[in-house]
Amino acid sequence: MHDYTNLGEFQKDVIRELGNIGAGNAATALGKLLNDRIEITVPALKFIEINEISGILGGPENEAAGIILRLSEDIDGLLVYLMDCDFINHLLGCLICEDVKDIRSISELGLSALKEVSNILSGSFVNVLCSFTGSKIRLSLPEIAIDMVGAILNFPASFAGEMSDQLLLVEVEFILSGDSVQSHLLLIPDIRSLNKIIERLGVG
Amino acid sequence: MAKWLVVGISDQKIAFSPDKLVSYALGSCVGVCIYDRKLRVAGLAHILLPNSKESLHCPVNPCKYADTAIEKLVAGMEAAGCRRQRLTAKISGGANMFDIPGPSIGEKNVEAVKLKLLSLKIDIVAADVGGNHGRTLIFDSVSGKLEIKSLFHGNKII
Repeated sequence: MHDYTNLGEFQKDVIRELGNIGAGNAATALGKLLNDRIEITVPALKFIEINEISGILGGPENEAAGIILRLSEDIDGLLVYLMDCDFINHLLGCLICEDVKDIRSISELGLSALKEVSNILSGSFVNVLCSFTGSKIRLSLPEIAIDMVGAILNFPASFAGEMSDQLLLVEVEFILSGDSVQSHLLLIPDIRSLNKIIERLGVG
Repeated sequence: MAKWLVVGISDQKIAFSPDKLVSYALGSCVGVCIYDRKLRVAGLAHILLPNSKESLHCPVNPCKYADTAIEKLVAGMEAAGCRRQRLTAKISGGANMFDIPGPSIGEKNVEAVKLKLLSLKIDIVAADVGGNHGRTLIFDSVSGKLEIKSLFHGNKII
């Protein structure tokens, strides 16, 4: 069984590519929804110590909205979206003409719009994952928290923590309207699922 | 000049007067702050999970789990001259950040911490746990006071 630490370069490339195709598909879905061009960065594959997770997106005390969906059945893992106020303002401005100046004051409608966007993005992401790996994946409903980034990321940390001191992140940035607003998508598979993916793709 | 010692997830530190211990942005994690008032020695364990026996991973990092982390912290403080009967505890964190059904990891962490402190006969003199918000903890070795900061729920000192 592969641990996070002993993946070969080729296997890392394959996982990165999966992240790339999945995120590409999600970006297309988001573009259609907003009627705008969405760019994504080349996904970064990061193996980090669990205690470093809260520092990955600026400081642990930065405020953000975090949306989490759980993957289950053939592949266990989490999809986590982290959005800052600018990104949310742009998104909700396009979708429901809501002006968000303060991340604390998003309306109920705004919150459910954010969840729905995550749902659509995750659906397109997971579809690709399923068809490439021949897996069946169940997606939970999205849950949202608005708080300090570090506190939000406690959830994936405790999810991965029972199996490892490390965490694999496939990190993608969505860029809306040029480079002005960005959001992060983190895909966090657990170790057993990671091995399953590698096996099914025949790159073990 | 007091130094600030940062305690990350699955980590713990001991501070001597006048230094302060700080743990940023706890969600479901629990900060266990143990204090010896006479020596003005403070210890902070930032735990991630409740029970080392449920670990699917070896070797276990003792600082990650409530049961092993508190034992290790108390042993470290005793090695620094603290006496068990003088130790008191303040705990904070253990929030349920996401509205996911079933007992949350935050609640389990708080329960495990309380049980371990009880078995070590260390009194919990103050607690600010649960809810659904993140907390930053600053534990002062001079006064034994624990300052808790949050984004939307104000700041308090316990």
